[in-house]
Amino acid sequence: MGPLLEVKNLKKHFSVNKGSIFNKNVGTLKAVDDVSFEVYKGETLGLVGESGCGKSTAGRCILRLIEPTEGEISFEGRDLRALNAKDIRRARKDLQMVFQDPYASLNPRMKVRDIISEPILLHGITRGREVQNRVAKLLDVVGLAPYHADRYAHEFSGGQRQRIGIARALAVEPKLVVCDEPVSALDVSIQAQVINLMEDLQREFDLTFIFIAHDLSVVHHISDRVAVMYLGRVVEIAGYSELYKNSQHPYTKALLSAIPVANPKLKKERIVLKGDVMSPIDLPPGCNFHNRCPHAAAVCKETAPVLKDIGNGHKVACHMI
Amino acid sequence: MAENLLAIEDLKTYFYTPSGVVKAVDGVSFSLKKGETLGVVGESGSGKSITAMSILQLIPSPPGKIAGGRIVFNGDNLLEKSEEEIRRIRGNDISMIFQDPMTSLNPVLTIGEQLTEVIVLHQKLDKTAAAARAAEMLRLVGIPEAEKRLKSYPHEFSGGMRQRAMIAIALSCHPKLLIADEPTTALDVTIQAQILELMNDLKDKFETSIMLITHDLGVVAEVCDHVVVMYAGRPVEYADVETLFEAPLHPYTWGLLASLPKIEERGKQRLEAIEGTPPDLRHMPTGCAFAPRCSKAQTVCREKQPLYRQVREGHYVACHY
Repeated sequence: MGPLLEVKNLKKHFSVNKGSIFNKNVGTLKAVDDVSFEVYKGETLGLVGESGCGKSTAGRCILRLIEPTEGEISFEGRDLRALNAKDIRRARKDLQMVFQDPYASLNPRMKVRDIISEPILLHGITRGREVQNRVAKLLDVVGLAPYHADRYAHEFSGGQRQRIGIARALAVEPKLVVCDEPVSALDVSIQAQVINLMEDLQREFDLTFIFIAHDLSVVHHISDRVAVMYLGRVVEIAGYSELYKNSQHPYTKALLSAIPVANPKLKKERIVLKGDVMSPIDLPPGCNFHNRCPHAAAVCKETAPVLKDIGNGHKVACHMI
Repeated sequence: MAENLLAIEDLKTYFYTPSGVVKAVDGVSFSLKKGETLGVVGESGSGKSITAMSILQLIPSPPGKIAGGRIVFNGDNLLEKSEEEIRRIRGNDISMIFQDPMTSLNPVLTIGEQLTEVIVLHQKLDKTAAAARAAEMLRLVGIPEAEKRLKSYPHEFSGGMRQRAMIAIALSCHPKLLIADEPTTALDVTIQAQILELMNDLKDKFETSIMLITHDLGVVAEVCDHVVVMYAGRPVEYADVETLFEAPLHPYTWGLLASLPKIEERGKQRLEAIEGTPPDLRHMPTGCAFAPRCSKAQTVCREKQPLYRQVREGHYVACHY
């Protein structure tokens, strides 16, 4: 069986302009630069990386909430980039999104009932009385009570709001849900509740997730496969235990070793990277990681490495491997 | 045993709001020895930042008020000092770094101006000597080309460099105590690793004690000697870092540790989430604040507030069991 979603050579470039009158183009910011991956039905693909690595932009490009510059996005064999505005809106019945900030992604003037029923009505899932039954059922599924339907978003805590955001995404029975940092704004005890909920829902509704996060331990917990991004490119992609046990890319290694572990006896050999991420505007040729990489050689400054399959579905983009 | 540098006894900080009295900090006691790093852990709203701000008396008043308790620093009760005396202590003996380095630095002054201001004010050095000292501090926190960088504005720095600059300002007068309020929360993990390493190095160099406020138990495990866990404005457990992680006694501490996704463990078992949400600080339950979420709660927990008591040498817990 082919993948549910296939992303090929996805690029999103923003031009950087200066000046208010002539708007001179002074550079290009390659937020997503030649990213390819597949997502199979029923799995969770984790997309992990630090701020500015392009993980959210990649996620939004898939739903065409941001228009990609180049590349192919095929969902169930259909090229999403070829669809017109009306058809892409229809296609989003199958592709939904859960956002990071549960405070900003719910309309403060709408009741929870209206927030959840809006997509149901828009996509014509049901109508009339059935709609309210469906809202009640969705609230129950995400662990809220029916009486919550008549409240406004501000009356809820962060964790509860994220549950509403999940209910809204599930309202149209999507096949793929792109979750953009769904738990980063939550406290740990609440974060665990929401992660458990998402795992239960995935099983119950046969969902496929793209889980975008900067927290490698959360991504590792929830994902079947993990793609690590750095400055717009995927540097490594592998199954979750393969990635943890047998990471190959120096950036993945550093990222793994930088996670603070809640065990004071475990004093790890930590790789502390020197310096900062390069400016993403007008990147020099070569590997984007070469300025911080402990193993960088001359070739790394000249040509960008491509993703190589090293077996077991494990791909790495590094000249040294 | 080293003597106490800071001892907080039964601190109460209340906020008088139109909808009731918010007991943000309600009976906090702990102490910090010379040269140690104390971690203060808790979720949003547990009162950890308010405790820190109470020490420096930065609580906006009204509506806030320190309603009781003692804060003994170096043998003196800070709450009995005049505004003038407190101002001399702030920045000189006790300094603080904040979570968000962008909003805590002044955007219209250069890094150098902000650094020298502190030095001139507290160390009574003249401008040239202060500038030399400022450059030296920037070098110490690992900012390259320090002299040139003194003329930069905060927006020209990356997040990690801004936090380094904040640390330079905070340590420029060799304070005895550094209060770090979520110093790495806004940073990416690889940058967080750099900053934590820097703080540990400087702590030894300047013989500064650190009070590290964080919600990240991983960070605590890596850098702290002792830990106090807070919940709903009260301390629930205090112990040395190894005891706390290996043999936590309070169900909340236990729950917090269990709810963390652990990357080193194989298999994808469910996270053990703590059910429910923290209480509303305006309507605190009688009895133990954690009782509604506690799996071991008995009748006595709902009726009587547990005492915060010593159960073993150096291990304090507030729980009936």
